[in-house]
Amino acid sequence: MEFQAPYPDQVLENVLENVLQFLTSRRDRNAASLVCKSWYRVEALTRSELFIGNCYSVSPKRATARFSRVRAVAIKGRPRFADFNLMPPEWGAHFAPWVAALGSAYPWLEKVYLKRMSVTDEDLKHLAEYFPYFKELVLVCCDGFGTRGLAVIAKKCRQLRVLDLIESEVAESDMDWIGEFPESGITCLESLIFDCVESPINFEALERLVIRSPSLKKLRLNRFVSIGQLYRLMVRAPQLTHLGTGSFSLPEGVAHGDQEPDYESAFAACKSLVCLSGFREITLDYLSAIYAVCANLTSLNLSYANINAEQLKTVIFHCHKLQTFWVLDSICDEGLQAAAATCKDLRELRVFPIDAREDSEGPVSDVGLQAISEGCRKLQSILYFCQHMTNAAVVAMSNNCPDLEVFRLCIMGRHRPDHVTGEPMDEGFGAIVKNCKKLTRLAVSGLLTDQAFSYIGRYGKLVRTLSVAFAGDSDLGLKYVLEGCPRLQKLEIRDSPFGDAALRSGLHHYYNMRFLWMSSCRLSPQGCCEIARALPRLVVEVIRDDGNVIRGDCEEHIDDNFDILYMYRSLERPRDDAPSFVTILH
Amino acid sequence: MPLDTLSDSPQSDVTSAMTFKDTELTLGIPGEPTRSPAGKFCTKRGFIETVDLNLRTSTSKPRGKTHADEVDDKSDDVVSGACKTPASKTQVVGWPPVRSYRKKALKSCKYVKVAVDGAPYLRKVDLETYNSYQELLMALEKMFTCFKIRGNYLGESKVIDPMKEMEYVPTYEDKDGDWMLVGDVPWKMFIESCKRIRLMKSSEAVGLAPRTPPRCKTTT
Repeated sequence: MEFQAPYPDQVLENVLENVLQFLTSRRDRNAASLVCKSWYRVEALTRSELFIGNCYSVSPKRATARFSRVRAVAIKGRPRFADFNLMPPEWGAHFAPWVAALGSAYPWLEKVYLKRMSVTDEDLKHLAEYFPYFKELVLVCCDGFGTRGLAVIAKKCRQLRVLDLIESEVAESDMDWIGEFPESGITCLESLIFDCVESPINFEALERLVIRSPSLKKLRLNRFVSIGQLYRLMVRAPQLTHLGTGSFSLPEGVAHGDQEPDYESAFAACKSLVCLSGFREITLDYLSAIYAVCANLTSLNLSYANINAEQLKTVIFHCHKLQTFWVLDSICDEGLQAAAATCKDLRELRVFPIDAREDSEGPVSDVGLQAISEGCRKLQSILYFCQHMTNAAVVAMSNNCPDLEVFRLCIMGRHRPDHVTGEPMDEGFGAIVKNCKKLTRLAVSGLLTDQAFSYIGRYGKLVRTLSVAFAGDSDLGLKYVLEGCPRLQKLEIRDSPFGDAALRSGLHHYYNMRFLWMSSCRLSPQGCCEIARALPRLVVEVIRDDGNVIRGDCEEHIDDNFDILYMYRSLERPRDDAPSFVTILH
Repeated sequence: MPLDTLSDSPQSDVTSAMTFKDTELTLGIPGEPTRSPAGKFCTKRGFIETVDLNLRTSTSKPRGKTHADEVDDKSDDVVSGACKTPASKTQVVGWPPVRSYRKKALKSCKYVKVAVDGAPYLRKVDLETYNSYQELLMALEKMFTCFKIRGNYLGESKVIDPMKEMEYVPTYEDKDGDWMLVGDVPWKMFIESCKRIRLMKSSEAVGLAPRTPPRCKTTT
């Protein structure tokens, strides 16, 4: 046999393959793939985690053709503003075409992560059937499936390690899905998160499952699990690191008596517990049971517990190591002051409103924000709902928390100025973009003029995600941002006075973005048609929020007004699964 | 449900004082002057004034409203009027941006717990499902079937246990931590401020005089 020396490119590619195995960051991989064709090929061969930021930007066929050895897939679908009922349901983002393509391309597939996708029970059935080595399913903010689909996953995926359902809508049925896990033998289960499932579960089956799952580290129960049941599970699984406590109260009609289990000792026995959540219908008498674990907690989610400042203090004063804290504004500024005094290592804070209306009382304010900024200097991410804010407090945060990467402030009353000075909130947000050099995500609110956007354009050089609502004076506002922020990828705007001229000013940048959402602004059909014509690789969807069809197209005349513009780059022709209330301009 | 001790009543915050002022119901034992502490002009009758109970509330001031805040609220309105804010507070779709999943979850965590003296168990009710005190009390009667509600709420609303021949008075803890008689305030105000309900034995409600019929009938 003739010896054939490997051609030089082949040697290089072999070496490259071995090296690129170690490259995990997808941004680095994207960069590597652009070096030359050789690198492109090898990178494609060695990419094992496929991330699709917008399910319509590329087809399943194209993605699976390029990357042949993928073991984990992450796909994101609907735009975020769809979560707030701004769009009729059934917009799209179906998992079905993906599961079919993945099934034939990657029979060894192990992990699927989906966010804001429509997943049916049928899709879950296919997942279970196509992938014998399937290990991890994570569904975040998804819908379209129910307990029937979960039952198939439980039953068929023998190697399942992770089943995480996070803030997803799970249709009820009579199906006892927990009971479908194999009844005998040790399982590989490491994480079981179902706190969003709004239907009762078979507790006895769950208990048996936990007993048979020695590797179980994360368990987040739904509100149909009572505190007595929680106790039984905890004593079976003291190795837990992440626990969602379920209702944290007695079921209705059950005696609250002397013979209650020793909840405190159950918590104390969980020596590895670092993350605590749940408390969905908390009975305050039981709160003291968690004191023993507070000192070790790095993450505490009390955002479904209606507790006040005094009640919070009893807990938070123990939580010296806390890095992530989610809470309701029922704790008031006083509660935030207590957190600021103790949690010196805090990285992420989310304060949700217990009463999410524009004219609600607003128990937290600039006072709480100021306290947090002074106490928690390492803060990286904040989401803060309030009714009253001052520029001074926001400026203070910009100075005190230089590590901020995510700043999302929601002043719930629209167009509300600084409640002390009466000024717009421009200076506060300006200080954030100027002083927080690592800022990548920003959400603005309150009374804002074009000046605020001028600041964002001038200083927000690393901003990737920007959320705007009821802000700005004129087209200039949006122009500043589109011309000034080179890293901008995700822009969502509602009810702001930006029109066609502003839209035009972003033509140079839209191919670099994942999407642009503009609803209830000042756009005209002609303005959007112009963009569609100028950028053929951009899918320009216009939508009426009442669900009616928009008549006409760009060639003729578009008669109707529309409410929403949603546009995104795509390598494909416009999708063929668009519902009738979506018109794609071209 | 363990009872707590009440510390000094917190200053009723100004807005709730103003809404109370709007109510037409006034409560006082006939012939007595209104017993509001100086500075409070709300008409709600604090339970502490009539009943010798130790009730501690775990309260914190709502947002620590100060006098200055009251002024600012007004200036808020002025400034926002000058800008294009709609004058009415009609709710806008999807604003504030809280996902419906969370809103639903919070709703169920706002269910009010109902305790009955002498019974070791709790029930939970969603006050939003009722339209009047009458409906609520009838539902409570169904829940705690060994008790009967006597009369209608316009007169006396007491729950009678025919076995023990004891009367039970429906009371509730409001947002400020005060224990009040169920029926004291207009229904809408009640559902917003009620945090939990307790059917209290009349014998414990010492000093509680029979209520005078309200002057006006517009109570639900």
